[in-house]
Amino acid sequence: MDHIPILRMGEFLLITVQVDMHDRLAIGLQDDLTEQIVRFNSRGVLIDISSLDVVDSFIGRMLGNIAAMSRVLDAQTVVVGMQPAVAITLVELGLSLPGIRTALNVERGMEILREETSHSLIEIIDESSEDAGVEEVL
Amino acid sequence: MSDTLPIRAPEDIVLVRTAVRKAAIAAKLGLVDQTKLVTAASEIARNTLDYGKGGDVIIERVQAAKAGIRLTFQDQGPGIPNLDLALTDGWTSGSGMGLGLSGTRRLMDEFDLASKPGEGTTVIITKWSR
Repeated sequence: MDHIPILRMGEFLLITVQVDMHDRLAIGLQDDLTEQIVRFNSRGVLIDISSLDVVDSFIGRMLGNIAAMSRVLDAQTVVVGMQPAVAITLVELGLSLPGIRTALNVERGMEILREETSHSLIEIIDESSEDAGVEEVL
Repeated sequence: MSDTLPIRAPEDIVLVRTAVRKAAIAAKLGLVDQTKLVTAASEIARNTLDYGKGGDVIIERVQAAKAGIRLTFQDQGPGIPNLDLALTDGWTSGSGMGLGLSGTRRLMDEFDLASKPGEGTTVIITKWSR
């Protein structure tokens, strides 16, 4: 397998990392993802790492790079599903993933992405109608 | 009981992780200790590859008061001129984050680093079951 699949869901991109990532796979993911953000005008990226039983500094750096690249392309990144043993190990290793939003699960991650990207939506709704039900639309 | 694996390509790091995980489970390490050991193995294996220009790792089951796993990483690379500096958090001679050695030391129960400029580097790390 040479690529980690990227799924599009509306204005978001979903990535579920299900294999132990070797270095080329990780770098390929950065390339594929930035390409797709631009291609689909994506506003958010959700990365599910619940299948990863190890996150070392290389993978941590890759996640940080993805978050930074996405931000430059005006997309938010949320990393979800980290295993507790991985969280303990990462912090002891000295890697607290600065600059990366995390959430416990996919549901909470999607909530964060919707909130983060809703501001521009509200502006559009406000312009188009006076008493549009913002909450309903969101 | 020991096993030697080569570290010559990035893909080998994945194989090292898998083998170390298997050994850790066999030695009855808990999940968190398994994860720490596998992560440490991954960090040092990457150092062996990137800075030591490749080498190998010996995976050993050790037995004292408790069971444990000992990993010995060896390379014949350029060596580390300043060990204290190399063990400083955040210091790197390459493009990494400088957490490999210092972070690994925190994750392990025992940590030994020996290096001679021009001759190579040996890192021995041990994790005991609780």
